[in-house]
Amino acid sequence: MTPAMIPSLRARDYLSEVKPIWCPGCGHFGVLSALTKALAYLERPKHEIAVVSGIGCSSRLPAYLDCYGFHGLHGRALPLATGLKAARPDLTVIAAGGDGDGFSIGGNHFLHACRRDIDLCYIVMDNAVYGMTKGQASPTTPPDWTQSALTPHGTGIPAFRPAAIALASGASFIARGFSGDPHGLSELIARAILHPGFAFVHVLSPCRTYRPDDQSSWKQAVHPFGEHLLSATETPINAAQGSTPALQIQDDGLGLGILYDVPRGPVSNNATLGTSPDRAAALDAIEAELEA
Amino acid sequence: MVWLSGDQQSITVAISGSGGSGALTAGFILLAAAQRCGLYGLMMRSAGPQVRGGESVSILRLGPSPVTNIGDRVDLLAALDWRNIERFHDELALDNSSLVLHDSSAGAVPDSILASAAEQRQIDFSRHAAEHSDGRANMIAVGVLGGEIGLPLPALADAAETLLGKKAAATVEAAKACIATGYRGTVAQRETRADGETLAQRETAAPAFSDSPRRWRISGNAAAGLGALRAEVGFVAAYPITPASEMLEWLAPRIERAGGTLLQAEDELAAVNMLVGASFGGVPALTATSGPGLSLMTEGIGLAIASETPILVVDVARGGPSTGLPTKSEQADLNQALYGLHGDAPHLVLAPLDVGDCAYSVEWASRLAERLQTAAILLSDQALGQTHAVIDPPPRCPPVLGRKRIYAASAQDSAQDSAQHAEQPSAPDSPARTSTQTPADSIARYAPSPDGISPMPSPGEPGYAYTAEGLAHNAKGTPSSSAADHRDQLSKLAHKLKAHDYGDGWARIDRGRATKHATVSADKPIAADQPAPATISLLTWGSSWGAVQEAANRLREQGLQVQTIGLRLLAPLQQEALRAAIEGTRVLVIEVNAGAQLFRYLNAERVLPLSARSFARPGPLPLRPFEVIAQLQDQLNLSPQAQDSGSKHSHKDSHKDSRESVATASQKGARR
Repeated sequence: MTPAMIPSLRARDYLSEVKPIWCPGCGHFGVLSALTKALAYLERPKHEIAVVSGIGCSSRLPAYLDCYGFHGLHGRALPLATGLKAARPDLTVIAAGGDGDGFSIGGNHFLHACRRDIDLCYIVMDNAVYGMTKGQASPTTPPDWTQSALTPHGTGIPAFRPAAIALASGASFIARGFSGDPHGLSELIARAILHPGFAFVHVLSPCRTYRPDDQSSWKQAVHPFGEHLLSATETPINAAQGSTPALQIQDDGLGLGILYDVPRGPVSNNATLGTSPDRAAALDAIEAELEA
Repeated sequence: MVWLSGDQQSITVAISGSGGSGALTAGFILLAAAQRCGLYGLMMRSAGPQVRGGESVSILRLGPSPVTNIGDRVDLLAALDWRNIERFHDELALDNSSLVLHDSSAGAVPDSILASAAEQRQIDFSRHAAEHSDGRANMIAVGVLGGEIGLPLPALADAAETLLGKKAAATVEAAKACIATGYRGTVAQRETRADGETLAQRETAAPAFSDSPRRWRISGNAAAGLGALRAEVGFVAAYPITPASEMLEWLAPRIERAGGTLLQAEDELAAVNMLVGASFGGVPALTATSGPGLSLMTEGIGLAIASETPILVVDVARGGPSTGLPTKSEQADLNQALYGLHGDAPHLVLAPLDVGDCAYSVEWASRLAERLQTAAILLSDQALGQTHAVIDPPPRCPPVLGRKRIYAASAQDSAQDSAQHAEQPSAPDSPARTSTQTPADSIARYAPSPDGISPMPSPGEPGYAYTAEGLAHNAKGTPSSSAADHRDQLSKLAHKLKAHDYGDGWARIDRGRATKHATVSADKPIAADQPAPATISLLTWGSSWGAVQEAANRLREQGLQVQTIGLRLLAPLQQEALRAAIEGTRVLVIEVNAGAQLFRYLNAERVLPLSARSFARPGPLPLRPFEVIAQLQDQLNLSPQAQDSGSKHSHKDSHKDSRESVATASQKGARR
């Protein structure tokens, strides 16, 4: 079948028949909608897409899509997606999850996925709370939030700053979207998928059940980010080292848009991607060397 | 010490020295020289934890027949210096028949060496080395030891050239000059001794050095890597850990040549999840680690099992618990491999039986995991992984059907692939999709089937998209907490492993002829051409196999009907076949761990008779044949002379009296 003969898909064609378990009004519905819009816009065939997630409310996402998916372990979406992309560079691989999954239990993988800069799109639906385990503080929760029985005096520790940490860790694309703006978010996701490196999309996605008071104001508070943090002419490593303080000053955490977008760094990932198709001949040669 | 002109079947040589002295390099050159003369051999190394500047010992055993273990004792020690030699006292196993060559400038002989009553001889290793520009004492030692062992000088020189080939030409030439000096000095010295030979006699007695096809010189870790390539593993992700790293370092450049990918992960949690991702993508995947890493990987292994995504984890075990003994061996991870996962998570556990078997077992484990869509844990250990051996090329594993696919197109691809690589044991198994079948018919990823295995599509195949799931799920893969779905899927996971026909690779059973694979299985009782039925079974696994084999050979020479059983497939346990194999025999279960882990497992599975006994001791010392014989007589009370056992003796045997007791077999006395 030639490309011209493939009927173009609508956003809803990317949805599966499985009904989301999310609460009414959950921000994640907007993310699901934005993602399907982006995939339809990019005209990616459904079977060439794999969406990999961890555990949590937002990590239920893959089952709601009619694409290949993997609902894996808590915190391990990025390594699973990395293994898949390294083994199957032909696929469009998207990792998705929440703030606890990505920044707490999976925090180390987040740092190293940014460093590795492999061609993944990583969507984090940040509601600053653990919803599935019923309302505990997450890494992005403000230190004085006292609504969790587990931390009645608040966590007392500063919130994790995902965009700054991604930048410092070497990510080559950083964007922030809002689930209440699915159209704008779909454009950010589409650009992230097109970016040939690690593309981090930080999505403010309110939890109506455990953070109804704090996050209802997001709709009014979000604003366009303004201009890119750094020009694309700087090398990512130097830029990251030199500009992290600027990000801290300029970023109030609510600015939407593409925060950072540079060509993938000159340092390739540490995968050794072989090219020899003649496996049997290679094996024979390797065995012969054992006689030396 | 002219072993080749006597009737000695092997010789064990040790080289010790402080960091930078080149004791390991010297050992590697001697092993390569033996390889060049058509000999077999193996070399263990023992080292302290220091990264640089630590002491190390290489221990080699060489002989004209396959060398399966390090033996009972050390015949010959070359001490380049005495620094911290007491750390290796237990490994060195010197006795009053041993010969110790030590550098004259190294100072007083330590008490631990004097206590062994070994014969001592001063050799001017350093002074002779100083006679050559860039000369090194370890190369003088290579020459001296080569001369003592009876290896021809050209073989030593060629081995040095190959192993030092990346160094500067002057360094290589200096090494060869030193080797020649040491070699000629040894022979000249012998001429002044009462038992001396002439140089001409020595040259005649030495085995021929030729360019004829050679055996392989390979470590267990490299052999495991080779098994991965043979299994067509296309993706490796791992985090460095002793003593598994060499397997990864061996694989890194070679998997690239074979068209695969190797990725260094940020930790073991990442590594195992990367495997799951790659395997989900249709590429066979493997990692290598050791105990602490296996602990971190267990959650990911459970995910592979629950989501039915094949992976292989090679555990090159070291002493435990916790950080334990990073550089030394123990067979103490069996419980973890069998029981370490939460929930009911049936999976494969295998263990290689010797250095070459690492290739066979890794290939088989990977292919079984692929076929059965499950996780396999392979238990190698430091004693196998870091031992370098000269061996006959190991066989390929038995044929195993490949991953069950959906597409007819995949079947055609696989068939072409098999036709191109006729030696590959995998075969396609893809039911052709008929024209009446629609994608919807086959979309239930976890659908029940008679063999418990559901076809597994890979991303990129249109019409079969599914979400792999670590939550309890229904046949379609949709999360489900229903009791019926849980029961059905658990039953499927267990059934597919149980229903598979593992053939005769599950164990090695040796009743006294040439070792071969088990001929006993549930549907294939003992073949008629077997030797007389055994009365004693020595049952073991993993790296203990070699010493147990040698113990059995000595016992047979005493007229005992002994069979050895080395379990390669530990889970699922082949109960019926194992029961049939040990029926009517007295059983001793042998393993190197403190907890008798195999013995307890076999008892839990109710395969052992009540009379079965256990010999389990902790590592890190390698198992030696005399220990097995002594335990056999103590535990099975086979001899009235049991109280006489316990001292270390050579395996060398000049007695052939079949009426001798077991005790005599363990007491095989002085070599000379």
